Amino acid sequence: MAELLLELFSEEIPARMQAKAAADLQKLVSEALASNDVFGEAAKAFVTPRRLALCITGLPTAQADRKEERKGPRVGAPEKALAGFLKSTGLTIEQCEQRDDKKGSFYVAVIEKKGQPLPDLIAQIVPQVIRNFPWSKSMRWGNGSLRWVRPLQSILCVFDGEIVPFEVDGIAAGDSSKGHRFLAPQSFNARSFEDYAEKLSTHRVMLDAEDRAQHIWADAQSLAQAQGLELIDDQALLKEVSGLIEWPTVFMGKIDDEFMGVPQEVLTSTMRANQKYFALKDPKTGALAPRFIVVSNIDPDDAGAAVVNGNERVLRARFSDARFLWDEDKKNRLEDYLPKLEKVVFHAKLGTVAEKTSRISKLAGALASITNADKSLAEQAGALCKADLVSGMVFEFPELQGLMGQYYAKNDGLDEQLAEAIAQHYQPQGPSDDVPAGGVAQAVSLADKLDTLIGFWSIDEKPTGSKDPYALRRAALGVIRMILEGNLRAPLLEVFAKAGGAEKANADLLSFFGDRLKVHLRDKGTRHDLVDAVFALGGQDDLVLIVKRVEALSGFLATDDGKNLLAGYKRAVNILRAEEKKDGAAYQGTADANLFAEDAERALFAQIDEASREAGAAVSSEDFAAAMTALAKLRAPVDRFFEDVVVNAEDASVRKNRLLLLSQIRSALGQVANFSKVEG
Amino acid sequence: MATATGQDTSFQNLILTLQRYWSDYGCTLLQPYDIEMGAGTFHPATTLRALGPKPWNAAYVQPSRRPTDGRYGTNPNRFQHYYQFQVILKPSPENIQELYLNSLYALGIDPSKHDIRFVEDDWESPTLGAWGLGWEVWCDGMEVSQFTYFQQVGGFDCAPVAGELTYGLERLAMYIQGVDDGYELNFNGKEGDKKVTYGDVFKQNEFEYSHYNFNAANTDMLFQHFKDAEAECMSLLENDPPLAMPAYDQCIKASHNFNLLDARGVISVTERQAYIGRVRTLAKACCAAWLNTPASGAVAEEGAE
Repeated sequence: MAELLLELFSEEIPARMQAKAAADLQKLVSEALASNDVFGEAAKAFVTPRRLALCITGLPTAQADRKEERKGPRVGAPEKALAGFLKSTGLTIEQCEQRDDKKGSFYVAVIEKKGQPLPDLIAQIVPQVIRNFPWSKSMRWGNGSLRWVRPLQSILCVFDGEIVPFEVDGIAAGDSSKGHRFLAPQSFNARSFEDYAEKLSTHRVMLDAEDRAQHIWADAQSLAQAQGLELIDDQALLKEVSGLIEWPTVFMGKIDDEFMGVPQEVLTSTMRANQKYFALKDPKTGALAPRFIVVSNIDPDDAGAAVVNGNERVLRARFSDARFLWDEDKKNRLEDYLPKLEKVVFHAKLGTVAEKTSRISKLAGALASITNADKSLAEQAGALCKADLVSGMVFEFPELQGLMGQYYAKNDGLDEQLAEAIAQHYQPQGPSDDVPAGGVAQAVSLADKLDTLIGFWSIDEKPTGSKDPYALRRAALGVIRMILEGNLRAPLLEVFAKAGGAEKANADLLSFFGDRLKVHLRDKGTRHDLVDAVFALGGQDDLVLIVKRVEALSGFLATDDGKNLLAGYKRAVNILRAEEKKDGAAYQGTADANLFAEDAERALFAQIDEASREAGAAVSSEDFAAAMTALAKLRAPVDRFFEDVVVNAEDASVRKNRLLLLSQIRSALGQVANFSKVEG
Repeated sequence: MATATGQDTSFQNLILTLQRYWSDYGCTLLQPYDIEMGAGTFHPATTLRALGPKPWNAAYVQPSRRPTDGRYGTNPNRFQHYYQFQVILKPSPENIQELYLNSLYALGIDPSKHDIRFVEDDWESPTLGAWGLGWEVWCDGMEVSQFTYFQQVGGFDCAPVAGELTYGLERLAMYIQGVDDGYELNFNGKEGDKKVTYGDVFKQNEFEYSHYNFNAANTDMLFQHFKDAEAECMSLLENDPPLAMPAYDQCIKASHNFNLLDARGVISVTERQAYIGRVRTLAKACCAAWLNTPASGAVAEEGAE
């Protein structure tokens, strides 16, 4: 059993692409080998900023011999067909076997394929993998035509201790690589993974990204602990930083106290996004500590004095900028920014952000009673919710939108709920993000999202397939979650009308909400057919009630009574449908008690009457579980009816009366849901 | 102004050092282009020469104007006028990263003491219809250069590919001199009475141009200049023979006029895209015309076999 070692050495690979590249390399090479019936025992890929590496162990030294059979023409087929077949297989007629089937004899070519030595196969596979590598963005360089994420400099490819000879766009595979760019730039040779890993480590490269991350985290934590501080967890940043270095050395720098008055989010945002520094906090107060952690790619002999000094200076310059913006912004009141919003276009067909905010304000006021908020506060929050977009700080740090508005609102001495609403109205940003908590924030958030949806529906810019450039699905899901989690009674069609939507577009938007609701409930394990069954009732636009109905339905159908009643219902409806079609008539109404011949009919009739009334009352008081319980009483009489009674009686009026009785089952259950949409 | 090793770290010596370094490498040393532009990339020695099959290695300083970056001389890190040192190497040599690192070494930045990183930064110029992949280069967390492999310019594929290095001279100088305020940079390397700072040269300039960019520039005139430059560009391209280089000058002018109008805040968000598109149309047409000249190497010299 042999080992394959492959390393693709290049200029710096973007950190965000590294993990996928390693996975792709492993997958593509393994799959290409597998499609040639070659399998290794274990494969592992590695990535650093400058190299992609793959090791596959337990490979055979040659591909197994293979036999391929190809069915040819029948014996006695025209000369031409036979000649073509022989040509394509490279055999003579004598070398072909004859086999028989029901229709007679035919030729079979049995082609023996000698298995290739693995190096030959690898020399074919790897160049193809390189040429077709699925980088999300790739480039050419120099005079070449090869595409790679950044210039590819060398290829190390060794199988079973020997170089696999091949060439890609002038780069010949060999057994050499290089160490760390600055700490150990020398070349070295390696003929096995063990050798390679060892030499990399002496050449100051940590091959495994996980190792680098663990090192960084452990060192950062001990630096933090030494100062009595706590590292703020940031796995995404840790992953990114691990992709920026081959040999991490961790240092701690200081933040000048003069900057600590700037909002913490601004400071951490700068440190994280612009400088890739880890932030620290005081474990007692939870406040941001005036320190940062920087990870260096070198191991300088001055214990990092120059590196730390340089980074502190950069941070000082950045923080001075941020503080300048913070101080400048605070000189204005939030409302002073509003005129500037008139120049910011929301969407060419939907007007400016100023126009949007005035719509949000009005709608937030109209929704205030639904979210239990003060109307004028909701209106005021709506009017100010986008003001911070044109502040200096948000221009510089767009990710702080909302949050800066909250700071500025507080600075203006505005109501706490209002300030909170500005910060929270963008929520929820995704399925796992929290929905706004307060009533004012909910009103503004709903208003913003509904205005967006109504607007894009009015210009017919709806999401299609995977395309949803304005994140309308997310907006609708946000509305749905706010309504359901806040138990808000907001009949959607009424709400859409308040937002100024046209009737036809509103109906379409409602069905879009229906689809989003199904997706949302499906993610929570609810059957989509139950949602359909409720929607099929028609006129359903109160999400809270819809979900209550679905839940009751779901509970009912999990019981024996539920399952049996559903079967009875389906039987009744099927008979009705068949007979209605045959007669060209619709049977809908109340049966005539005088025409009953059987006890089973009478019993059912009486029970339907009672169950219907009880269920109806329960539905009016929105107690759908009670409605289900009432309807469950129908199970026994329905079963008995189908056992004892022949619907298609000879007497036409008796038959018609029985069909009407079946229609009463349909109507009774139809008070809760359209059971014909329920599957099973 | 000198380091422990006696190296002159003045602003002007930084330029001289880079010029010497890249001249020794074999670059044609050019002078700044004589039209206002937003970045060294706009110099025809980069934009046009990046196209076509002929090898081309050049280096030059380019004064760059970004009207919206004006801070009236009050921000120590931001200027509406600053210098870029630009190197273009076509085809990009295999050891281009080493060449670059050695130039930092020549400036007194020792990569064994300072943390140099190549951090992903894809470059795109919607006005030039150009894009490339590369990095911003960090030195101890500060971005000191842009490094780009040009893939397309004016909508045309670059083949061979040119490598572009852009040094932000003020930032580099601040780093090397250990100065936190750009206006405090030692410009001429002298001390005492003879010392000239960056502020001595440019502070008044920044103050006045900030006023000009944000408040005083006559926007009606700028709109007219934009239109004139656009019309002149197209008519020069329709001339017989087409005049790619004079036309491209007009494209640069249109682009700067647009930048000024943008700083004056008279271009709305929607119009903005349209203006950028108009400049791009000019840039593309100029690049196409350039590729039809013998100098580009993409077509044969007249009379040549």
